[in-house]
Amino acid sequence: MSITLYLPKDAASLALGADRVARALTRAAQARGLDVELVRTGSRGMLWLEPLLEVATPEGRIAYGPVRPGDIESLLDAGLAEGGAHRLRIGRPEEHPYLARQQRLTFGRCGIIDPASVEDYRAHGGYRGLEAALAAGPAGTVEAVKASGLRGRGGAGFPTGIKWNTVMLAQAPQKYVVCNADEGDSGTFADRMLMEGDPLTLIEGMTIAAVAVGATRGYIYCRSEYPHAFAALETAIAAAERAGFLGADVMGSGRAFHLEVRLGAGAYICGEETSLLESLEGKRGIVRAKPPIPALKGLFGQPTLVNNVLSFAAVPWILEHGGPAYAAYGMGRSLGTLPIQLAGNVKRGGLIETAFGLSLREVIEDFGGGTGSGRPLRAVQVGGPLGAYFPDTLLDTPLDYEAFAAKKGLLGHGGIVVFDDTVDLARQARFAFEFCAAESCGKCTPCRIGAVRGMETIDKVLAGESPRENLALVTDLCEVMTDGSLCAMGGLTPVPVMSALTHFPEDFSGRGAKLPLAAE
Amino acid sequence: MPSHEHARGASREPWDAGRAAGIIAEHAHREGATLPILHALQETFGYVDGEAVPLIADALNLSRAEIHGCLTFYHDFRAEPAGRHTVKLCRAEACQAVGADALHEDVLRRYDVAWHGTTRDGRVTVEPVFCLGLCACGPAALVDGEPVGRLDLDTLADALTERAA
Ligand SMILES: Cc1cc2nc3c(=O)[nH]c(=O)nc-3n(C[C@H](O)[C@H](O)[C@H](O)COP(=O)(O)O)c2cc1C
Ligand code: SF4
Ligand code: FES
Repeated sequence: MSITLYLPKDAASLALGADRVARALTRAAQARGLDVELVRTGSRGMLWLEPLLEVATPEGRIAYGPVRPGDIESLLDAGLAEGGAHRLRIGRPEEHPYLARQQRLTFGRCGIIDPASVEDYRAHGGYRGLEAALAAGPAGTVEAVKASGLRGRGGAGFPTGIKWNTVMLAQAPQKYVVCNADEGDSGTFADRMLMEGDPLTLIEGMTIAAVAVGATRGYIYCRSEYPHAFAALETAIAAAERAGFLGADVMGSGRAFHLEVRLGAGAYICGEETSLLESLEGKRGIVRAKPPIPALKGLFGQPTLVNNVLSFAAVPWILEHGGPAYAAYGMGRSLGTLPIQLAGNVKRGGLIETAFGLSLREVIEDFGGGTGSGRPLRAVQVGGPLGAYFPDTLLDTPLDYEAFAAKKGLLGHGGIVVFDDTVDLARQARFAFEFCAAESCGKCTPCRIGAVRGMETIDKVLAGESPRENLALVTDLCEVMTDGSLCAMGGLTPVPVMSALTHFPEDFSGRGAKLPLAAE
Repeated sequence: MPSHEHARGASREPWDAGRAAGIIAEHAHREGATLPILHALQETFGYVDGEAVPLIADALNLSRAEIHGCLTFYHDFRAEPAGRHTVKLCRAEACQAVGADALHEDVLRRYDVAWHGTTRDGRVTVEPVFCLGLCACGPAALVDGEPVGRLDLDTLADALTERAA
């Protein structure tokens, strides 16, 4: 009898030894003469349980984790094939409280299907969204996206339907659809998980977009720090082409859509959409002044739809179930679901896709189980390197774009990084400047020079050199950067700095603390 | 494979202008071909030799200054060969939250190397990187392009041994 096993091969599972587990499994199965089919999937997103091994049984899949190579023999002895009892047995993964409390609309297939198989994708509802879009036509598709209330998941939260409408109405010989897969924000990995675990959902979303706005060419700009995502995308694109879902005649509709992945080259600023377009054109990633907006004058001067991975990936569900069904999730003007990424010093880190509106505390305590070190939590940074540091007293803030803005923070791409009480917020503020100095595109002075000045000034504070005067200087500098920067790199670097200063002033007392490692 | 991170000492070829011209010609027809060409060259040779700049400029009908500008703007591209193994250590916030800074000090001391530097025996080059998307299992690293989570000095040494095997 053949046993079907599932084991992730996304970068995080590999980082935790999934390939070593796979090798041990194959060896053991051979030695025992077992007929094992091992399907390599994406991750379910319960990262403390990776590598998570699942077995197909008549009662559904049964999961075990975290599995080490040395556990394989005892797992087989315990009757892994039948889902037998073992200290690593989790049971049915979808019944695990971490997953059972989520609303997985975008990530519904991630960790379940073979990411390289169009057949598996279709068997799990794939391409129903594109079918619906082809039936609805461009205007109907854009209408559905508008009705869903979807806002860009890349960070800025701009209404997706409005952008699609602008590109649809633009007249030009060539239009482009570009996916921003630069995912540079620290503490975020949802784009990566989706690209590695269910890339066809992104590809379907981009195809729906192309048909809606009238684009025949598309690019996915994937950061080079994600070699596995890049490879998974290339494989999935080739599979979709072979199956007639990409190429000259998409699903027999007579419409063409040619999609290609391109690799970034290690520049954070290339996540900013105009810098990204410059980079795709083969140039240095220097930010362009807006207007003109990319929707009207984007890649090679043509109308271009730029969206984040998760924005595109939300669309197949929206087209299949209708805009209002998506808008039924969430709160206020933050509708639908947000794939939250819980990271840093936390016991149970991972991917949590739920309707907007959970509080930070619910995410960190109920899902995350508190800090990984067991020490008290002291600070949480939400929204990547340009996001605010919040103290415990702000943990009741709901995950909602407007609620975060009201607390001088931002949701960004949904990354939550937990720090325990060993964190030094002055050092974190210094790092924010250091990062900006290293990654600035250099186009405007407040960002290019301000970041370096900020770093030097915080060093003076830490060395105990006129702390009050120097902190006033930091505050002034932040104002200049906020008001005088062309893009959010320089414009938002003051957010982590000022939040650290506001909520954790005691860390800036100039106690002559040890300085961080020298800048690069 | 797209990324130079996969290139291991053994698979790298010595710089050869003729071979480079061939690689450039393979990609020159693509829209915005500069980055794909630079990646392909680095993948083959382990770095992008200065001699490649005029070759690319001619093939793409761009100025040498534009190509040179790209080479220096992007952190990925190297102007000289790296060591036999490349270790990229994540210095970003989620890894900081689990002790990456202290670990990195130990790594640099143990291998007697500075950021961007190569060990004296030419074995290991250490590069900083800002986030690898492994933020729930940090400290994170890429060792010759292979991800490693919950990094410490021992797992790093193991990963390097495994890559050399
Ligand atoms: C410095 C900087 C970095 C950014 N990085 C990313 C990124 O990595 N991924 C992303 O999708 N958007 C990023 N953005 C936002 C993009 O400029 C743009 O708003 C987004 O791609 C639009 O897609 P969306 O509407 O679907 O979010 C960044 C913006 C700035 C200013
Ligand atoms: S704010 Fe910084 S990154 Fe943005 S355009 Fe100005 S210099 Fe470039
Ligand atoms: S912050 Fe280190 S991997 Fe993301």
